[in-house]
Amino acid sequence: MAMKSYDLRQYPSFKAITIFCLFILYAPLLVVTVYSFNDSVSITNWEGVSLRWYAEVFTGAESEKFKIAARNSFVIALIAASASTVMATFAATAILRGGRFKLRTASFGLISLPLMVPEIVTAVATLIFFNAIGVDRGLITILLAHIAFCIPFAYLPISARMQGIEATYEQAAMDLYATRAKAFTRVLLPLMMPGIISGWLLAFIVSLDDFIITNFVKGAGVETLPTAIFGSVKQGIKPNIMAISTMLLGVSVVMVTLSWLISRRDNNK
Amino acid sequence: MAGGASTGGSSQSETFAPARYWLLLPSWVTLTILVLAPVSMMMGYSFLTKEFRGGVIWEFSLSAYDQFFFDRGLFGDDPPVLQWTYISIFWRSIWQAGVATLMSLVIGFPTAYFIATRPEKERAIWVFLVTIPYWVNLLIRTVSMKFLLRDQGPLNDLLVGSGLLSEPLTIVNTNFAVQLGLFYSYLPFMVLPIYAAAERYNFALSEAAADLYATRWTVLRRILLPSVKPGIVAGCILVFVPSLGSFLAPDLLGGAKNFMIGSLIEEQFKGNAGNWPFGAAASMILLTLVMVILLISARQQAKGGK
Amino acid sequence: MKSIIKSTVAAAALTVTAGAALAEGQLVIYHWFEYIPQELLDKFAAENDVEIIMDTYDSNEALLAALKAGAMGTYDVAVPGDYMVQIMAGEGLLDTVADGELANKGNIQPQWANPSFDPGRMHSIPYQWGSTSFAVNRDVYAGDINTTSILFDPPAELSGKINMLDSQGEVMAMAALHLGIPQCSSDRDQLKALNDMLQSAKAHWASFNSDTAKEVLVSGDAAVGQIYDGFGAKAREEGAPIEYAFPREGYVVWMDNVVLLKDAPNRANAIKFMDFLLEPENIAAVSNYARYVAGVDGVAPYLDPTLASQPESNPPADAGPGVFIEVCDQQVQEIYDRIWTDLKN
Repeated sequence: MAMKSYDLRQYPSFKAITIFCLFILYAPLLVVTVYSFNDSVSITNWEGVSLRWYAEVFTGAESEKFKIAARNSFVIALIAASASTVMATFAATAILRGGRFKLRTASFGLISLPLMVPEIVTAVATLIFFNAIGVDRGLITILLAHIAFCIPFAYLPISARMQGIEATYEQAAMDLYATRAKAFTRVLLPLMMPGIISGWLLAFIVSLDDFIITNFVKGAGVETLPTAIFGSVKQGIKPNIMAISTMLLGVSVVMVTLSWLISRRDNNK
Repeated sequence: MAGGASTGGSSQSETFAPARYWLLLPSWVTLTILVLAPVSMMMGYSFLTKEFRGGVIWEFSLSAYDQFFFDRGLFGDDPPVLQWTYISIFWRSIWQAGVATLMSLVIGFPTAYFIATRPEKERAIWVFLVTIPYWVNLLIRTVSMKFLLRDQGPLNDLLVGSGLLSEPLTIVNTNFAVQLGLFYSYLPFMVLPIYAAAERYNFALSEAAADLYATRWTVLRRILLPSVKPGIVAGCILVFVPSLGSFLAPDLLGGAKNFMIGSLIEEQFKGNAGNWPFGAAASMILLTLVMVILLISARQQAKGGK
Repeated sequence: MKSIIKSTVAAAALTVTAGAALAEGQLVIYHWFEYIPQELLDKFAAENDVEIIMDTYDSNEALLAALKAGAMGTYDVAVPGDYMVQIMAGEGLLDTVADGELANKGNIQPQWANPSFDPGRMHSIPYQWGSTSFAVNRDVYAGDINTTSILFDPPAELSGKINMLDSQGEVMAMAALHLGIPQCSSDRDQLKALNDMLQSAKAHWASFNSDTAKEVLVSGDAAVGQIYDGFGAKAREEGAPIEYAFPREGYVVWMDNVVLLKDAPNRANAIKFMDFLLEPENIAAVSNYARYVAGVDGVAPYLDPTLASQPESNPPADAGPGVFIEVCDQQVQEIYDRIWTDLKN
């Protein structure tokens, strides 16, 4: 039996395909990373290693635009992720700890709605909506749209975590005369923290990355990082864009590593 | 997430039952105002009359749907026949998204399975490796892809330089480039759900089958694939649905000359056409299509799952 | 945790509102991409102590779409092409510049002082004018390029290597010239011929893109590119081995104009900006940057000397007529839209 098991689990070629899969995933990004260090103005010729495009990002003609765009993106992602995480945590508590009730399935459906509706449809609908009610489009409209579509992304890890927590914990607390609010803040919330953190991170990244909806609801002169990048790459791939993408890749790696370390620390406890 | 509408565990805790409506209120309000109301409003717009050069006139009209489905000739006075222009745009989108999904499945399934069979400690690192590229902005990934595939790009330099090809391969601005772009954009969405399903797979089943003289590939086909099917279905949906509405890949990699649904809709609001009711109608048709796909898969899942 | 979230939200909200509260002394420009030198914007900003915000678009149609989709009241000025000025005025999107508001209005060259698209210059001032034709990579094709057949019925060497502008007006006008039919013709046979010709031409085209019109020629991704004359000159200066064509069948001439938008939030600054651009020195800086021609008297001393001699601005003797893009009536426009959608399908 034991002799056969390694044989059964492995399919030849699967490892090769996995390596190929990772190669496909990384090849374009690595190429861009390499070319971001290219000294040449042209993207086609290699003229030696240099950091000039990184300097260009911070000091060049477009640097102000990208600085503002980056600030907008981070502020929006911060607020949208925080607001949607709070709402998603409450909603998960109601749906998973609120017993059986009439609107339970409907609530879950509503929360997953932004995931099921194709992004372009949400974008068009939101544009029509803001246009019809006559709201001036700007940072606030982007923020509102982001909060809404971030809710399901925050909800998923939070509810997954909550499903793994036995209800006996809060019940025990309440048996010891803790109020419901205390049972929530002192017992359930700390237990859910890893889920809440990964929910927040997911929402944060999704907001930071969003282009389609933002592009439809943004106002005059208001740019987020993705729309600013789109504005630049539309006219061709420039070396400073490659430098920006390499830095974004760096930020993403750091964020993912952090969230992974947090969840691992938690699992080891 | 998309298919199986499992709302929670089987055991129903009631600890916070008295506060449940208060807890749900913020999400309800936000999503009703910012998603449900806009989508309903868009549905309303699809039944309005278009204003020349953008905007709407508040008069009921079916002309947006009529334009979608019926062809009355270039001048609008031939007898109506079925309109193929937009149906073929939808068909092309479904085809492109379908091919991209298939490519993701062919690469994603072995990858997910391979990861699931690694020792437990290694798995997290593999999953980590698969997810990192996804966190890089979609735009940048698409542009990187284009850069790599250009006629004079690194890939062609490599192929020609190594003597494998005598002339650069034209990939950019073809349908294949769009498929490749979509595949690349959403590949991790295929790997992760299959991995989650494969990780729970009980290998005793494979062993039992092997004891009954099943070959490895029979085991794969008859036992393993059916067991991880929910993961495969979820993965396919997660790749297919966003691919269907995508407009970055067709725009940047396809040369904007073969419309997909996303570009068609975008053009109605941001480009030349300026026909809002038609854009709303096309969005409604896309939304309906996606909902039907989700419903069918949810039903299948429910059938197969129990 | 909750208090942390709370204070983060509060802090972040403060940053947002602080950013939005800087609304005084602004000028919001909606402009074509890569069409005005940053130094000129900086100069205006410094002279008038205003903050300039600029958004860009890539076609006249995209400009109109954005304004109709609720962007009115956010921008002060925009830079539409000739026919789009007429359309925007007809749609009621433009504010009127009263007599005497512009101190430098007298600088406008007589030939541009009373154009058909804006009689009496009620809403606009000239920005730059030039032509739209196409450029051909001479390393790829050495034959005769001064014919619209290069775009619509190209020789084998160029087939499949053509980038078209993603702009209905330019493509349709060029196609009409190729067929020798009037623009906006409502004649059924002519419209049908136009449709059929474009459908068969499409097989030769690699892509539709305005933004990358220069980039694809420089990188060699396209061997022929429909392009504006000055943009073509820039591509050539950046190393593309191209020649700009002046087809015998004719080519498109255009004039971009700075217009005052209705409901402009900073109307006074907008007027100042228009006056600023009527000063020869300033508008010459645009010409030097974008390689087009200004419509203002007295620019000559400030112009880059190479500008006058650049081949893109000097049509050969046998060049066809330069024609403005015409505004079609609704009925023909809807057929044009239909042809365009079918073309991009």
